[in-house]
Amino acid sequence: MFNAVKTAGLIAIASLTLAGCAANEGAPASDLTGTLNGAGASSAGSAQEAWIAAFQTANSGVTINYDPSGSGAGRESFLAGAVAFAGTDSYLKDEELTTESPLCVPGTGFFEVPIYVSPIAVVVNVDGVDSINLASATIAHIFKGDITNWNDAAIAADNPGVKLPDLAITAVHRSDDSGTTKNFSKYLAETAGDIWDGEVSDTFPYSTGEGASGTSGVIDAVTNGTGTIGYADASKAGDLVTAAIKVGDAWVEHSAEAAAAILPISTAVEGRTETDMAVDLNRTTTDAGVYPLVLVSYLVGCNDYEDDATGVLVNAYASYLTSEEGQAEAASAAGSAPVSGATRERAASITAAIK
Amino acid sequence: MQRPTVRLNRWFLPLLAAASFGISSIVVTIPMASAPGDFNFVGAAALGVVIYAILSFLITLIAQGPRVAQDRMMTTLVLVAFGIAVIPLVSLISTVVTLGLARFDGEFFGSSMRNVVGEGGGALHAIIGTLEITALAALISIPVGLLTAIYLVEYGRGRLARSVTALVDVMTGIPSIVAGLFAFSVFALFLGPGIRMGFAGAVALSVLMTPVVVRSSEEMLRIVPMELREASYALGVPKWLTVLKVVLPTAVAGLVTGIMISIARVIGETAPLLIVAGFTQSMNYNPFSERMMTLPVFVYYSYASQGADTQSYIDRAWAGALTLIVIVMVLNLGARIISRIARPHTSR
Amino acid sequence: MATAKSHIPQKRGDVVFSGLVKASGIAILVTLGAVATFLIVESLPALDPAAQIGSAPDGFWSYVAPLVFGTLLAAILALAFATPLAIGIGLFISHYAPRRIASTLGYVIDLLAAIPSVVYGLWGIQVLAPAVQPVYQWLNENLGWLPLFVGPVSGTGRTILTVSFVLAIMILPIMSALAREIFLQTPKLNEEAALALGATRWEMIRLSVLPFARSGLLSSAMLGLGRALGETMAVAMVLSPAAVITFALITPTNPSTIASTIALDFPEAAGLDVNALIAAGLVLFIITMAVNVTARGIITRSARKGAF
Repeated sequence: MFNAVKTAGLIAIASLTLAGCAANEGAPASDLTGTLNGAGASSAGSAQEAWIAAFQTANSGVTINYDPSGSGAGRESFLAGAVAFAGTDSYLKDEELTTESPLCVPGTGFFEVPIYVSPIAVVVNVDGVDSINLASATIAHIFKGDITNWNDAAIAADNPGVKLPDLAITAVHRSDDSGTTKNFSKYLAETAGDIWDGEVSDTFPYSTGEGASGTSGVIDAVTNGTGTIGYADASKAGDLVTAAIKVGDAWVEHSAEAAAAILPISTAVEGRTETDMAVDLNRTTTDAGVYPLVLVSYLVGCNDYEDDATGVLVNAYASYLTSEEGQAEAASAAGSAPVSGATRERAASITAAIK
Repeated sequence: MQRPTVRLNRWFLPLLAAASFGISSIVVTIPMASAPGDFNFVGAAALGVVIYAILSFLITLIAQGPRVAQDRMMTTLVLVAFGIAVIPLVSLISTVVTLGLARFDGEFFGSSMRNVVGEGGGALHAIIGTLEITALAALISIPVGLLTAIYLVEYGRGRLARSVTALVDVMTGIPSIVAGLFAFSVFALFLGPGIRMGFAGAVALSVLMTPVVVRSSEEMLRIVPMELREASYALGVPKWLTVLKVVLPTAVAGLVTGIMISIARVIGETAPLLIVAGFTQSMNYNPFSERMMTLPVFVYYSYASQGADTQSYIDRAWAGALTLIVIVMVLNLGARIISRIARPHTSR
Repeated sequence: MATAKSHIPQKRGDVVFSGLVKASGIAILVTLGAVATFLIVESLPALDPAAQIGSAPDGFWSYVAPLVFGTLLAAILALAFATPLAIGIGLFISHYAPRRIASTLGYVIDLLAAIPSVVYGLWGIQVLAPAVQPVYQWLNENLGWLPLFVGPVSGTGRTILTVSFVLAIMILPIMSALAREIFLQTPKLNEEAALALGATRWEMIRLSVLPFARSGLLSSAMLGLGRALGETMAVAMVLSPAAVITFALITPTNPSTIASTIALDFPEAAGLDVNALIAAGLVLFIITMAVNVTARGIITRSARKGAF
């Protein structure tokens, strides 16, 4: 028994000796302190990582944890009061707007501001193929499971002169609730609605193909597989081949500029409050300067937190995200399209009012 | 009576094996003439084993009769089973070591992931978290487990003891994720749904660890010879002092060994900590407030939520895996050394 | 000689101490009771037949059925792969290998038993899955007429067959360690008697070792099964999940397991979905408990009967 206690003691002592400060964690430099927990979209994970790093460097008394567990998870955890803010790729649903989060002062509502606009890339891993064109109808057929081989006539029709191998297609989709799935699904439903007839939601509508958890799960499955295709936030696409999609009569590659071009031609969602900037994207555009397969990630939180200390922290963090520096940081770290102009200014004025 | 059999030369089987693999390599190479590609080692090895098994069986059957042939066949099968089992385990260890060494450096053990984007960073926060949570779990499990073992061995008679024995068995089989759910629902009940803290992780781990401690301590206490207890009673020493001063010191090496192995068992648990301890990129020394990173969760998250620069995340995952294995090995080796050093005292 | 004064504290010591150890025994009972109670109480809302859970149309049982199926399928396959190998390793170490090698091997196997499951998961997804994918391709082309190997073949190897390989490798160390122990306990006299009668090594094993070890092997298999049923991280990291019941082993749509579904979905669950996951956990708890109790039953029955 004595020895047993000694063992436990040894472990405790060892942990205390090791518990010197980590080399990269210094003393506080600003007067903000506390811990802020958020959860949500994994597509914006890279951007959140960069934002958190920059914000914590400026305010070293603050710790921010962002759990990239998916948009649906983020909204649900926020509404249940488990995290102080959520990141989501699909704006709050009408029924979610009517719920009250235990974190907010009752009746004050939520804010919802765009913080991250990024193209969704259709990533492909087929030996010997280093560029590919896919029309939305073809993409819909592939992910629905109608087209099962890379040498299919429909794919060949999109890619005249390219020799595609006789290889089975493995279409990888998100197995968790995801705003990326919703935006992807919505794009297909609006541009190829006769084929893509499943319900548009955070859940992938069909039970064909392969499921993978999280953006990096999809990327990992596509990278390590053969004949695989998937969809993911373009910032995580890495070295994978990405498909050009058909807009009007042109083939458009994804880029931050082409993605950002969609915001000015989109319309605000009706019936939303002053602090809710949700927009319906114009995905059916035929303007060849636009890459319409994009996701817009929103930051969601309370306008007025029950806990004032949390309010101060969220205000500081959200204001940083909607500032020009914050948007530039995300653009350089994650290759996203910066939210700019009047849209950013309105977002900044909303976040400045959080208390 | 057996008929006299021909004895095979002792070089026969090794030569036969070499010949079998030679044949199989040639067979595997033939299709490469038409479709060039990498040499198929797996195919060649599998084919070689099959050829060897058939040839050695047939030759032995002719030379030494069916019984010896059957014996030879079974020897081959046992060796093959062993070989098949060893391949993945060797692959596992060698992958973890080779890939893990890429980031097994000072920075990995000297810093956390706070403010780290892409390359660099380390797992100090996770190592601290793992040590604190495991120490807390041990602090709960060792006294309860040890005392329960003493109860079962020295005092336990009747219904209560029998049901404790049975339930310890049931508890050994609790899936770790269920222990995590239990800890979560207990803490969520009192502290709200967003509750994440190191201590809740320790509670989950102690549910898993206690039955292991009971089992191993019970075994160790049972092998303490009855004569020692009787001699002590004869000298008028009361029972509780006999247990504390005679039985426990006699069994101490075995007890410590068992406890260290039980720590090694829970230190790599991931699932319950994922649910109740949460994850963070920063140091957190206080297991009673806020999220706390642990090494297995660090490995999982480094893999499962890679950033833009995927390679550095995967490198960190493997380095974390290597660290975990090293910790487990050290605990096991330590246990073995203690039991070896202390063995003479246990009068086994 | 001992005065009345020194007797009383000693007696009190006995009372206190026996009370203390008894209390820890009771603490175990209480903990297990608490685990069961919490799981049941938290599960009840999900068991309501009208409850709408996730995307499952008709309540909890239609939600949990594919998960139970996947859990059993993966674990039983893993057991089928691991059992012969474990017996082979056990025999090799106990009866074939030279003594010095045998003890080292035994130690190495003990160490492997302690490798954390997240490490197996990482290896399974990064190394094993890409390695077995071409084999699946081959199986589908040549044995595709078997319902087990129908297409379409997964392009990533993240299938339930890969999962059961990983699980088999994970339970192999503990099962072979048990098998070795059991084989080593065969009475030396029986073995020597068999050899003295002119038996070959295999005949000796078949006649004296295996009959002696049968019940022990059975219970070690049950313990392995229990482990495989509850394994979480390796499955969560490797499998491509879908809510289906199918015996097709190499397609991209696989039935998921209870434990991995809890680990993957719990962080993003809210409301009734949490209750459903906890209820699924309860189902898993009951399954593993049944397996363990059976294993225990086999051990006690054979102990009562005597080893022979």
